[in-house]
Amino acid sequence: MDLKTLTYLVVGASFVLYIGIAIWSRAKSTGDFYVAGKGVSPLANGMATAADWMSAASFISMAGLIAFLGYDGSVYLMGWTGGYVLLALFLAPYLRKFGKFTVPEFIAERYYSKTARVVAVICLIFVSFTYVAGQMRGVGIVFSRFLEVEVTVGLMIGMGIVFIYAVLGGMKGITYTQVAQYCVLIFAYTVPAIFIAIQITGNAIPQLAFGSEITNEGVGLLDKLDDIVTSLGFTQFTSGDKSKIDVFCITLALMVGTAGLPHVIVRFFTVPKVRDARMSAGYALLFIALLYTTAPAVGAMARYNLMNTIQSGEVGTTDGNLVYEERPEWMKTWENTGLVVFDDKNGDGRVQYYNDANPDFQATANSYGWEGNELSVDRDIMVLANPEIASLPNWVIALVAAGGIAAALSTAAGLLLVISAAISHDIIKGILAPAISEKNELRAGRIAAAVAILIAGYLGFDPPGWVAQVVAFAFGLAAASLFPVILMGIFYKRMNKEGAIAGMVTGLLFTYGYIEFFKGLFLKWAGAPWGENVAENWLFGISPEGIGVIGMLLNFAVALAVSRVTAPPPEHVQQLVEDIRVPRAM
Amino acid sequence: MENRKAYWRANLRLVFACLLVWFTCSYGFGILLVDQLNSIRMGGFKLGFWFAQQGSIYIFVALIFFYAWRMNKIDRQFDVDEG
Repeated sequence: MDLKTLTYLVVGASFVLYIGIAIWSRAKSTGDFYVAGKGVSPLANGMATAADWMSAASFISMAGLIAFLGYDGSVYLMGWTGGYVLLALFLAPYLRKFGKFTVPEFIAERYYSKTARVVAVICLIFVSFTYVAGQMRGVGIVFSRFLEVEVTVGLMIGMGIVFIYAVLGGMKGITYTQVAQYCVLIFAYTVPAIFIAIQITGNAIPQLAFGSEITNEGVGLLDKLDDIVTSLGFTQFTSGDKSKIDVFCITLALMVGTAGLPHVIVRFFTVPKVRDARMSAGYALLFIALLYTTAPAVGAMARYNLMNTIQSGEVGTTDGNLVYEERPEWMKTWENTGLVVFDDKNGDGRVQYYNDANPDFQATANSYGWEGNELSVDRDIMVLANPEIASLPNWVIALVAAGGIAAALSTAAGLLLVISAAISHDIIKGILAPAISEKNELRAGRIAAAVAILIAGYLGFDPPGWVAQVVAFAFGLAAASLFPVILMGIFYKRMNKEGAIAGMVTGLLFTYGYIEFFKGLFLKWAGAPWGENVAENWLFGISPEGIGVIGMLLNFAVALAVSRVTAPPPEHVQQLVEDIRVPRAM
Repeated sequence: MENRKAYWRANLRLVFACLLVWFTCSYGFGILLVDQLNSIRMGGFKLGFWFAQQGSIYIFVALIFFYAWRMNKIDRQFDVDEG
């Protein structure tokens, strides 16, 4: 069976599974729709959280980023796992004890203010739409390559599927679909990794193969990789280019952002008890770690395979490079998508792939007769192309396509749900029409989800960067806006509404402004980005990806300062804080 | 009331200890001290690189389970567990 038919079959089967689950577990009440009736077991919630949160960025983009960034890619690995420690220690158990439906709802009651609720909704919508734009690009890439349809058509299909199960099933449908999606995506991720690990090192466990010797070469994979890339003018794989302060800040922004993401936090509202919320965070990270410890191995092996294919012989010898006409099949198929581009600058019919941006390597390259780097490879394709590069069977390739789609859809659905809940529960029920019936609120939630899907699809056409990068901005925004006020809401009884509102607004505006200024996020039509995105222009040398940390500090500082000079929160709010701090009343 | 305060203090102590480990293994070993640790090798890995891309993640997982276990014990000690 050819690859295309097989891919349609595997992806189609996964869609049938998701829709089947959605119909079986469709939401019957607002409790079902927002928090799955609070009846999800900690293990199932851990799995659902893992799928909810491991997005197209984790599945498709991350290993590719690591392949090209090497050590610098660690920011994503540590940043997107360490946040769960913060979540477990600082937020999940307490928010579960609070026991309502949404994050803005907590902020509204804790800060006894409708204004705070509206500001929280705005933050949430900002964060979630930024994030969802990244997912939609992921869906588009997968569809355009594997189903050979236009990116636009691919987007529409993805939107349609999410529409069916998010609108119908609400949180309950999403939860059990996500459990299935986790299984699909982790299987799809690890199977090719294991195959490739065996091929390169003979060790079947990717986490160990990562540090093993290459078969028949007697030299370690990482050492060999360091050798090849430096001989082509790149930075050593095991060390990085980014400054320490930038690595530090990006990691911290991603960690704190993870803990501040509404669609992740809300997952801990779905378990029955406080105890379950704590355990569930552990399970979630365990399931996430399965992919996250595999990813750097996949990245290193992909880079090795790519280098080996192109630099087939000694660096600098005339026949050391791949002859373009003899290029492998995978290169041809990816050239069709425009994500791999070859330009024979020195006209020798061979592919030279090296770092032509490195001035110290210029002379060496000239002496080889090279006239510039001739191959550009989009980072987002590494995981998807990996099975082809390693010549794995077609069913593995089909599986990876299904896995990539599962990762993108599960996250998109979770995001769309928190957006719709913020509209129907926080804005409509909480502020505009408190007397709305449950039936109408449920209907409003479904309509809001549908509208959100359309906007998400629109954003997916033209996102401002690679999948993982776009998503990184969402974390910065969450770190700077929501996390500090939730944290202070639980751990600092004296924090009041004036402080919280001022803090959120400051953090959000500062971080969003900085990102928009250097990268352009939503204001492309107005000419954004307005500043050249280079290290010399950055504040304290911190890139837009890491600036959420400064936004967070500003949020804390402004909130603390403002709360000092305004009235303390009323008695019943202080009592609320006391209550959420203990699992059961004393 | 006294009991409540003691419970909260015990919680904060545990949180602080976990946070210290969290910070040390990621920001400490994986970022700030990475160059120094990279001169030590563990199998095919440079140690600092390993902490940044593998070790810290394993420690995070263990840390959350440890926290959940300890915290549930503290709940029972202060008789605030959910039965």
